[in-house]
Amino acid sequence: MPEIFKQPWPWYTSGLAIAFVMALLLYFGKSFGFSSNLRTICAIAGAGKHTSFFNYNWKRQRWNLLFMVGAIAGGFICSVFFKNDEPLSLSPATINDLQKLNIPFDGQLNPESLFGTGALDFKNILLLLVGGLLVGFGSRYAGGCTSGHAISGLSALQLPSLIAVVGFFIGGLVMTWLIFPFLF
Amino acid sequence: MRAIKYILAGVLFGIVMVKSEAVSWYRIQEMFRFQSFHMYGIIGTAVLSGIIIVFAIKKLRLNDSSGRPIVFADKTGSWKNYLFGGLIFGLGWALTGACPGPIFVNIGYGYISMLIVAMGAVLGTYLYGVFVAR
Repeated sequence: MPEIFKQPWPWYTSGLAIAFVMALLLYFGKSFGFSSNLRTICAIAGAGKHTSFFNYNWKRQRWNLLFMVGAIAGGFICSVFFKNDEPLSLSPATINDLQKLNIPFDGQLNPESLFGTGALDFKNILLLLVGGLLVGFGSRYAGGCTSGHAISGLSALQLPSLIAVVGFFIGGLVMTWLIFPFLF
Repeated sequence: MRAIKYILAGVLFGIVMVKSEAVSWYRIQEMFRFQSFHMYGIIGTAVLSGIIIVFAIKKLRLNDSSGRPIVFADKTGSWKNYLFGGLIFGLGWALTGACPGPIFVNIGYGYISMLIVAMGAVLGTYLYGVFVAR
């Protein structure tokens, strides 16, 4: 594959492409919001039998599940055909900060010391599971995630979405600056 | 064959997420440490062009592909839900470096351990449905 396809995209190309995905889904008559799939998965697994929150016609969300399948395929396609051979160009300040937390920068997308299959000890499994739990619980509590609020909601100038995005950042800052030193 | 367009839109989304490096745990850390413009540039460009797109759709009263008007439902609900829900989400976003979309893009990329994050996210959604949304 020619080098140009392997390189990461600049932020403006990426931002425009994300807005294009949102516009594409609007043209299909749908609303861009990824975390609804988590609720749909619960509904398919039968959670609606005893909890009314999951008792709805999830088949109307089938398109979103297909979108999710596509997203997984997109990740796979990138790792097979468009994998960047160069290390990620992370800010030296971040590399330095993470080094102090004993998370060495290895140039990949995600640190091996947290996500590598060889590093999956009890602590890392617990961190990933709890982290995922907070993402799932919080996105439903807030009524959406980064796609539903930060992209779709802010684009439609929804004040609730701005409040949610402010919440995303407060949570992220608290985790990064106050909780990370105790975890790593 | 109507299904294929959603899969293709998802493939595009997955590729964008990887090529923008928005799926990277490191990039999310960089963002929350204010040490690079990269993620702010991505979100800022997406939102600015999104605002123009939505404005144009409303102004020109555009229809979707099946001829129905494109409508934008106002989000209703308590600000507390948005703030505290958002806060909880943010804690998980910084810890795992992934919001719901990138969790699944990362699984496709080959990060098997992101399956644990995905399981946690489904469980978290379930717990919300059982204990809060009653």
